[in-house]
Amino acid sequence: SLYIMSRPEHLAPPEIFYNAEEARKYAGNSRMIKIQTELTERCLELLSLPEDQPSLLLDVGCGSGLSGEVLTEAGHIWLGLDISRDMLEVAKEREVEGDLFLQDMGQGVGFRPGTFDGVISVSALQWLCNADKKCHEPRKRLARFFSTLYGVMAHGAKAVFQFYPENPEQAQMITLHATKAGFTGGIVIDFPNSSKAKKMFLCLFAGVSAKLPEGKTGLGAAPSEGASFIHKARQKNKKAGVKSRDWIVAKKERRRRQKGKEAVRPDTKFTGRKRRDRF
Amino acid sequence: MLLLAHNMLTSHVKGVKNGYPMLLKVNEIDEKEIEFSGEFITRMLPRLQWPVLVQVLKDIGKPDLVPAEVPEDAADNEDFLKAAHHALLELDIINGELECPESHMKFPITDGIPNLLIKEEQE
Repeated sequence: SLYIMSRPEHLAPPEIFYNAEEARKYAGNSRMIKIQTELTERCLELLSLPEDQPSLLLDVGCGSGLSGEVLTEAGHIWLGLDISRDMLEVAKEREVEGDLFLQDMGQGVGFRPGTFDGVISVSALQWLCNADKKCHEPRKRLARFFSTLYGVMAHGAKAVFQFYPENPEQAQMITLHATKAGFTGGIVIDFPNSSKAKKMFLCLFAGVSAKLPEGKTGLGAAPSEGASFIHKARQKNKKAGVKSRDWIVAKKERRRRQKGKEAVRPDTKFTGRKRRDRF
Repeated sequence: MLLLAHNMLTSHVKGVKNGYPMLLKVNEIDEKEIEFSGEFITRMLPRLQWPVLVQVLKDIGKPDLVPAEVPEDAADNEDFLKAAHHALLELDIINGELECPESHMKFPITDGIPNLLIKEEQE
């Protein structure tokens, strides 16, 4: 059914869902190849690596290596992780150039600090939000993944995850854990107004804050909807300080609106002004 | 698994403080051909632990593949860069085992793919 097709992660964990048969189907389907290739090309574009510089990249959820082939073609060397042995076997059969590892990203990644110039991931991140085993706690797995990922990236490196969040809460949970791990960045949305073409990319920066790239709209110069969830999450935690000017002005305004409390002093430039420490 | 990856791999076992280098046992090794880029190797040199590479090559019976130390003129030394390229990107460990140096958890390598899955009850 359409439901199953659109949400395979509800059907079975990835290592079961992408079994030998499914893995072969996936890698042999020309429509799938086209989609994966285009998504990877967009991920690379968002990574904005220095031009003509062969880089070392990590492909998280590399599957049968469709995304990796785009990286090879662009002149990069890559390491790929995937939790499905069957998918990796197909990648081997297809003789991809990347180095492959059978690994569960929720258990963390282990490389020396500053190993990778960039990280890409195509349609894999949402799998991390499942609890397929009793011991799986998505929050812990996200925290483990992002905190270890941060450590293996070169200073200033970017990670771009194309993903399909189930709902805004899931997207927020993912970005929250990325922020906690030290990343800056946010979500870039391509074609936000098209249910078919809409694509979401979590763009993370390690060690620097850079400007979030704009999403594609297909409407010429129309503004992007690339909202920074991370920015919002940060603001939410930062309440206006008690006794700050904003807090005082807001309180006075509330008092004025109450009956019989009209005698509130007007706001002036002295309202809420910081006084010198005299003692 | 390539020796470039081994050189950068650390143990991802939870709680391990010193997970580098991963102990490597090799049963079967293959060679493949990867397009040479001197620029890539030069870029990787500062990220590599050269003595770890030298030791692994010794262990697998290829001690003369690269010099014991990175030459000072490495970036302009094509012979050296090509040797490093071959050692790092063209030797492929097909069958063997990785072992975390601290927890001693073992990770088998089969068909060239290390199985780095940690059994959850072990975590």
